[in-house]
Amino acid sequence: MKFVLPAVAATAALVAPTLAEARQVTFETALKRYGGNGAYVVLYVTDAAGAYKGTLWMAGGKAKYYRHLSDWQRASGGRATEIDGITGASIGSGKTLKITLDLADAMIDAGYKVHVDTSVEDGMDNPSEVVVPLAATASGKPFAGKGYVKSLTVTF
Amino acid sequence: MLRRLHGLPGVVLALGLTVVAVTGAVLSLQPALDRATAPMVPAGTSVAGLAAQVAARHPGISAIRQRPDGSLTVAFDDGDARGVERVDPATGTGLGPYQVSETTRVITSLHRSFLAGDAGRAAAGLGALAMLALSVSGTLLLARRLGGAGALLRPIRGTPAQRWHGELGRLAVAGLVLSSLTGLWMSAGTFGFIPEAQGITSPVTASGGAPAPVGTLAALRSAPLAELRELSFPDPADPTDVFTLRTAAGETRIDAATGAALAFAPATTLEQINDLVRTLHTGRGAWLLGLLLGLASAAVPVLGATGIMLWARRRAARPRVAANAPARGADTVILVGSEGNSTWGFAGTLHAALTAAGHRVHIAAMNDVGTAHLAADRLLILTATYGEGYAPASAKSFLSRLARLPGRLPGRPPVAVLGFGDRNFPHFCRFAQEVADALETKGCPRLLPMKRVDRRSSQEFAQWGQDLGAVLGHDLTLSHVAEPPKTVPLMLAGRELYGEAVGTPVAILRFEAPRDPRTGAPGRLPSFEAGDLVGIVPPGDTMPRFYSLASSTRDGVLEICVRLREGGLCSTFLHALAPGGAINAFIRENPAFRPTEGRTPLILIGAGAGIGPLAGFVRANAAGRPMHLYWGGRSAASDFLYEHELAQHLAERRLTSLKTAFSRDVEGGAYVQDRIAADAPRLRELLKQGAQILVCGGRDMAEAVTRALEPVVRPLGLDLATLKSCGRYVEDVY
Repeated sequence: MKFVLPAVAATAALVAPTLAEARQVTFETALKRYGGNGAYVVLYVTDAAGAYKGTLWMAGGKAKYYRHLSDWQRASGGRATEIDGITGASIGSGKTLKITLDLADAMIDAGYKVHVDTSVEDGMDNPSEVVVPLAATASGKPFAGKGYVKSLTVTF
Repeated sequence: MLRRLHGLPGVVLALGLTVVAVTGAVLSLQPALDRATAPMVPAGTSVAGLAAQVAARHPGISAIRQRPDGSLTVAFDDGDARGVERVDPATGTGLGPYQVSETTRVITSLHRSFLAGDAGRAAAGLGALAMLALSVSGTLLLARRLGGAGALLRPIRGTPAQRWHGELGRLAVAGLVLSSLTGLWMSAGTFGFIPEAQGITSPVTASGGAPAPVGTLAALRSAPLAELRELSFPDPADPTDVFTLRTAAGETRIDAATGAALAFAPATTLEQINDLVRTLHTGRGAWLLGLLLGLASAAVPVLGATGIMLWARRRAARPRVAANAPARGADTVILVGSEGNSTWGFAGTLHAALTAAGHRVHIAAMNDVGTAHLAADRLLILTATYGEGYAPASAKSFLSRLARLPGRLPGRPPVAVLGFGDRNFPHFCRFAQEVADALETKGCPRLLPMKRVDRRSSQEFAQWGQDLGAVLGHDLTLSHVAEPPKTVPLMLAGRELYGEAVGTPVAILRFEAPRDPRTGAPGRLPSFEAGDLVGIVPPGDTMPRFYSLASSTRDGVLEICVRLREGGLCSTFLHALAPGGAINAFIRENPAFRPTEGRTPLILIGAGAGIGPLAGFVRANAAGRPMHLYWGGRSAASDFLYEHELAQHLAERRLTSLKTAFSRDVEGGAYVQDRIAADAPRLRELLKQGAQILVCGGRDMAEAVTRALEPVVRPLGLDLATLKSCGRYVEDVY
């Protein structure tokens, strides 16, 4: 089963102001069969200098567990406004999270990177367990994570 | 209201609550198992010490945690290997990967959310609320039933389902209330109704120097390992990152180069409450409490099952009254006051019998009383009494409604009140008496004197029917058995006959369980104690007669004393029974009529066949507790029941003293009450030592004994009502 979110509002900073300058980008995060409770998964973007630019999606609804997504927590400050309206349920073992959104053209091939932090109750915290560049060369290629992520595929 | 809150919702929720409770009970074993297996944290060890030991094996530690059960785990990412490992707190050596078993995980999810995500979590939270409501309403119902909050620990009478439900309920209620309250709190936290602690909010920046070995960091060296919750390590790629140490006291950020504490946020009161609630709910860190809570939870399926049985039985007992005449134009109105619907059953039988006799009969709950009912030719009121003399559910508002009716009732119909109750309660049929008094004040003449029916006695009900029929000028046969009991066959093994010469034949009958027809093995008697009742259904009849038991199961026989009554169907049958002859019988427990625990003296008073259970108490007195028996018969030569056995008990000190009175003996006949009056000083002495009085026999004798005892106890500042209410004066009267 896939979680398909056809049109998603990411943090305002990332979303293209008009559709003319935008490109539809799909982020598909497939989890391993780790056999535990649902994983908290957060996708966020850093720029060429490594600075946090915004969050794409937070899978997991309880704020008290966000500190286990430590890279995201540190980069974003963990503020509720960062994930307002882009929060969903945690992702079960072996399931896939698929989100689609319109990103500004200027963000492609400009050194931006998508990070994924994951965490599972009684398991591992995996800050930035997979980092994929927002680059044409990486489009459609699966990148393996070192923790619970089997693959992250960014397609545009 | 209380019953409505407790009954149907309990039935509906039983399954869901059973899932939560059973999974909770299973999880409650975990803390005890963990305690048995997890190595203890040695005193005096610091967080720095352990961190250094672990860091020697794992270059890439991300966090060291102490789980609530006390075990230590380390999450690491060494590049080639990563995972979560259990760690020996004394040496820092690895104890294998930390893994919550799939079973535990599924059971935990079932417990928290029925495996159904947030919707399930919400359901589990509401379940906790429901459990709380059921616990509280159940306790209130039980208190009301037993006669007030102070009576909650009294023995519970009733059917096995009632007793199991009540006994288990009051054992488990404290645990269930604690579990549901803490569960509610945790559920509220999950859904964000309780604010989360913020920890350190201001940004903390490291000195940026080269990281020192973790074992040398001052702030970690001063932190005892026993108090550790979590130590998360700085990101090695980020020189500005710091250590975060969480303990029960709060959160500290520690510089990786200098070891200095850069910031500290003490744990808030709310956090401490959260911790306490978590410990109380899970038992992690309090394994014994956990086991006790688990036991309480394990009672929930039984409470659910017995509760459903009780609810179904109450529903089934609600009568389906055929051809209920309208209130207007009815010549007879039956008003019913019932708590558990059993009185409705009697009323239904009465309605049917009167309708068959040609009356137009309307039946209604006492709460519905109105002027139309009082315009009938006669008013029959059948009411139970609840607990300590309170009105039962269907009569709660009767007295207030009656008081609001116009001062002069329209027809002022003649009234007959029939009270149902249990003679063992101090306020036997008190509510029925209040109703009778209130109607008399309203000017309603008495159709019949008020009568009391003891423990749903079918005979007493039938007797009242005959009296009513006599007043109405026709036969009225009321044949009603409250709950058809399940009987077992028993065989007469021996009989002794007394009293024929004085015209009161009394037989001591001993029954045994029949042998297994195939194997020939001895049969098993049902379980009973001396003082309990045996119900015997004579052939060709449906109504059981009750006899007090003179033996207990341990004696291997079921022994009763039966006086032959003229025209008595059952006593005639029993007296004519030849050895080997069979009866159908069942046991009805009578826990109120039993010696109290302990070694205080017992005063046993009886007459005629009433000696049965008293002789049984004496026989069981191997410990030689002081027992004084007063007994009255007609003639020492003819009806001295148990004469030889009692002499032997005296010799063996099972019986301390025996005073007999024989009414027909030539030299100055006397009754048992005469012996009591003559023995007043000695009886007072025994009562001062805390003696309990047990009386068994006919009603006339019991009343005479009461009259004789009142002046005996009065100089002690006591009265029989007081003794009765604290169980020191108990009667088994027929």
